[in-house]
Amino acid sequence: MLELRSVTAGYDRRAPVVRDVSLTVSAGEAVGLQGPSGCGKSTLARVAALLHRPDSGQVVLDGETARGWRHRAPRAQRTAFGVVFQQPRLSADPRLPLAELIAEPLRSNGRPTDGVRELAETVGLGADLLGRRPHEVSDGQLQRACLARALALRPRWLVCDEMTAMLDASTTAALVGVVEAYRRESGAGLLAVGHDRVLLERWCDRTVGWAELTSR
Amino acid sequence: MTPPTDSGSGPAGTVDGGTVLSVRDLSVRFRMRDGSYVRAVTEVSFDLAPGECLALVGESGCGKSVLASALLGLLPGNASVAGSALLGDDGLDLLAADERVLAREVRGRRAGLVPQSPAAHLTPVRTVRSQLTETVRELTGAAGPAGVRAAAARAAFPEDHLNRHPHQLSGGLAQRAATALALVGDAPLLLADEPTTGLDRDLVERTVDELRRHTSDHRALLLITHDLAAAGRIADRVAVMYAGRLVEITDAAGFFGAPGPRHPYARGLLNALPERDFTPIPGMPPELGALPPGCAFAARCDRASGACAAVPALVSGVACHHVEVAHA
Ligand SMILES: Nc1ncnc2c1ncn2[C@@H]1O[C@H](COP(=O)(O)OP(=O)(O)OP(=O)(O)O)[C@@H](O)[C@H]1O
Ligand code: SF4
Ligand SMILES: [Mg+2]
Repeated sequence: MLELRSVTAGYDRRAPVVRDVSLTVSAGEAVGLQGPSGCGKSTLARVAALLHRPDSGQVVLDGETARGWRHRAPRAQRTAFGVVFQQPRLSADPRLPLAELIAEPLRSNGRPTDGVRELAETVGLGADLLGRRPHEVSDGQLQRACLARALALRPRWLVCDEMTAMLDASTTAALVGVVEAYRRESGAGLLAVGHDRVLLERWCDRTVGWAELTSR
Repeated sequence: MTPPTDSGSGPAGTVDGGTVLSVRDLSVRFRMRDGSYVRAVTEVSFDLAPGECLALVGESGCGKSVLASALLGLLPGNASVAGSALLGDDGLDLLAADERVLAREVRGRRAGLVPQSPAAHLTPVRTVRSQLTETVRELTGAAGPAGVRAAAARAAFPEDHLNRHPHQLSGGLAQRAATALALVGDAPLLLADEPTTGLDRDLVERTVDELRRHTSDHRALLLITHDLAAAGRIADRVAVMYAGRLVEITDAAGFFGAPGPRHPYARGLLNALPERDFTPIPGMPPELGALPPGCAFAARCDRASGACAAVPALVSGVACHHVEVAHA
């Protein structure tokens, strides 16, 4: 279970963008978080994935309270998350061929990288694309690689922040299909953040609106 | 090449007062360092009538942005272009015009662009206010804050953010700043490349409604988008691109409603929507540097047959060997 307890967070302590928000993702559950542009849902998603330190409140992973953030988070907690963002070009090192990009988390955690090809196949990337660099592939192909990277360490939770906002309908359905196949097989939970209510309701077990979360 | 007999049904082409833009056999290819070619756009033809909005849709990487760049003379040096694109009453060929003409007379004045990555098109060291002020002065001759405020309001850009620099804007705000800049010139032709990425539904609707309003007074809009709901909301016609070619061009109402798309790819794209089947088209599009000989969709198409080894021509608005076309 992933719990956010009374989280307040932002970029300026005097004007937090997230105020006193609580949200729980049960084991294996898929929760959609829907809200308007700029409301703070991405900030909350980053707190949940231990990428942004909240001003106050707690993140609790299977009963264990998180104590560190980003590289200061204990490895076991950090690697419990796979994260995919909206803009693959901003989150992919432009110098790395896709194979290296996908292998990055394996390398930095001292794990073997021989499964990369198979992993790439599960997201629909053929071997011919793995030698290309980010500027040599389309947004859809790059986002597939970013999803493979997020799955590399077999996370217990996936956090997808507007993962498909810049993709066409078919690529969107394909990537959601990959996430769901992984979740069926691994039992991982999901926090999917976005503004498309139709998509989130089709994808997730339940979808909460930002207004409901913040009005309690 | 013979000119296309039609570009789909509907109001286009039949309106008196000519066309705003007439594109014939537009092809763009990029020469790669190893001497090979990427065929980003192949033999695309369509017309834009005064007052019309045409939505251009298709999978990521299929050539939509390259098409828009070609029309504005914004392609990089390794690109070569063929065909013609005649603009307005004087029939200026955008593909043949030299850079001085494009810079002085066309871009911003006769053809505006809302770019796909707005952050990259805004000048980083200047505030939004200063960029808008200059554009308003250059294109309308008006000086002073009233014109700037009105320009910002048209794209729902918040007035209290005018003094910010581009890096201080969220993606959605940068998008709105770029839209505001593109609308200033009231150009007869507006090209909008994914103008609503990163915006929530309310803002998407506000933005596309404003773009649509731009087409009153006989202006035309080419809307490139992945957002099929936004396209359905404002487009008169829809063009579907696959692997660099137009595979269907038709009335928006019939495309999004009944009878629906006719091309197998276009059907698959609509069925992938979460409000429909939510199932992807199997496989991925071919590489534009290594296109297969016949129909580029064949590897993913459940209707493919031997006939599909030849490229299907666009007839009555659809390019497929196995679609019945009604002959007028
Ligand atoms: N300067 C370039 N040199 C070589 N190839 C290029 C260049 N610019 C674009 N391409 C290629 O042209 C093809 C079409 O790209 P384009 O950006 O038009 O796609 P798109 O349909 O707009 O995709 P998206 O929906 O992701 O915006 C792609 O295969 C792309 O990699
Ligand atoms: S031409 Fe053939 S392969 Fe291409 S879309 Fe039509 S049926 Fe499918
Ligand atoms: Mg594009």
